[in-house]
Amino acid sequence: MDATLSSHAIETRNLTVTYGAEPVLWNVDAQIPHRGMTGIIGPNGAGKSTLIKAILGIVPIAAGDVSLSAACGGPVEANSIGYVPQRNTVDWDFPTSVFDVVMMGTYGRLRWFQRPGKEQREETFAALEKVEMQDFARRQIGELSGGQQQRVFLARALVQNPSVYLMDEPFAGVDAKTEHALFEIMSRLREEDATVVMVHHDLTRVQQYFDHVVMLNRRLVASGPTRSTFSSASIEACYGVAGQSLVTTAC
Amino acid sequence: MAFLELANDYTVQVVVLGSAGIGGVSGALGCFAYLRRQSLMGDVVSHSSLLGIVLAFWLAFLITGESSRSLWVLMPGALLAGLASLLLSRFITRRTALKEDAGLGVMLAIFFGSGMMFLRYLQRSQPRVGGQSGLDQYLFGMAAAMTKADLWMIGVLGGLALFAMTLTWFRLKLITFDPQYAAGLGLRLGLYEVVLLSLLVIGIVIGLQIAGVVLMVSLLIAPASAARQWTSSLGSMVMLAAVIGAVTAASGAFISALVGSLPTGPVIVLLVTLVFLVSLIAAPGRGLIFRYRERRRVRVA
Repeated sequence: MDATLSSHAIETRNLTVTYGAEPVLWNVDAQIPHRGMTGIIGPNGAGKSTLIKAILGIVPIAAGDVSLSAACGGPVEANSIGYVPQRNTVDWDFPTSVFDVVMMGTYGRLRWFQRPGKEQREETFAALEKVEMQDFARRQIGELSGGQQQRVFLARALVQNPSVYLMDEPFAGVDAKTEHALFEIMSRLREEDATVVMVHHDLTRVQQYFDHVVMLNRRLVASGPTRSTFSSASIEACYGVAGQSLVTTAC
Repeated sequence: MAFLELANDYTVQVVVLGSAGIGGVSGALGCFAYLRRQSLMGDVVSHSSLLGIVLAFWLAFLITGESSRSLWVLMPGALLAGLASLLLSRFITRRTALKEDAGLGVMLAIFFGSGMMFLRYLQRSQPRVGGQSGLDQYLFGMAAAMTKADLWMIGVLGGLALFAMTLTWFRLKLITFDPQYAAGLGLRLGLYEVVLLSLLVIGIVIGLQIAGVVLMVSLLIAPASAARQWTSSLGSMVMLAAVIGAVTAASGAFISALVGSLPTGPVIVLLVTLVFLVSLIAAPGRGLIFRYRERRRVRVA
């Protein structure tokens, strides 16, 4: 490993991931800068979630590599990445409470056989307050609405107090009000110098939300600052349809 | 009175105590199998262990010249065969296009099939060895044969399994609920998978003596399914499932001792299924009665 200080929080080089014989990501060279908000966009089946999972190291990489670096240089521990998986990847009928799910965010810091204690409970409660779910702490998770489930998952990542957030479609299936509230929280994270990366579906909000974009369709289509990268040409290259109406030029 | 006499009988006490222990351990561990949707896996482990039991019995006979039904001889065989069937099914589903349930089904066929074959072979062609072996009881369970040494074995293994479960409780819960997030946190998923699988295999194998390889899976899954209807916290679910498992297994073993001609396994399984059905119908918040009332309330309003 070369120890030079990287200007990127996350960098993939020739990243290739396959499911069985099928390549899902092919030779992806993507750079995600420190701080700011980066959107990973692309059509269905483009490998957006897979990119996040490959960065986290939870899917096997067929070729290439992923490197993460902290803003101050130095290595990044798995625990300092706040992962917000898609809501529908878990069974919401699981017998547990909102509080207990959020507290799971502290487990990465626990030593072998250590149980979460007073400190972890306080951190959990603070994270619940940040997403305005403190009144739901004792609720069974099965009773939550989609937006509330998303808040709980975000709170679980907040508890880790990570420097990088990787979120998989955090706005999928939530109402406009919740989307706005969640985006407010994420904007605050950005102001606190966190790197926020999310898979995003709604192209109309790309310019409003993201400082940087990574446009993906199994291969990397384009990546860079939203202003220069998110163009009708790159949308067409990524989705195969013209995207003029989606790009508003600054007037 | 036969009932009281029986209750004071030392052998019966051993059997009832052992069954309660088995029912409690498998009830508690079964919650994880239930929540991870691994009941088929449990069934494959229990069926497959027949092969291990028969081979261990045979091996012990070849070495010592005596037929022994001690759990200390048979259980290592059952554990090994149970684990082997799981690992092999994982291996083939990773290496081929076979789906998980098909892989498990194939292993069940191979292990249970050859287990039955060796069992019959021992009984027919080597009557001196297998004829009196009593290995048949492992098909449907026969608690009456339980000895004090068996009780120790059940206590030690079951106690260890429950201790390991409490020790790793929080991480087991996280891995059961959201394995991808757990992996993202840097937890070693593979390690905890092995811990969980080993716990399940232990829970299944110690139950074989009372429930038998064919019915054991219900002693694993039914208490958990019943308990889930009454509670919404994993801790209380595990405790309630343990109590349901212990009480039904002990009563089943006692009934089977009272009516000598009844095999233990089916009696226990029917009892625990009865508890499950009652829970499914009557549990507050989830039961059928509650749902029916809710639907009517909505319609009226």
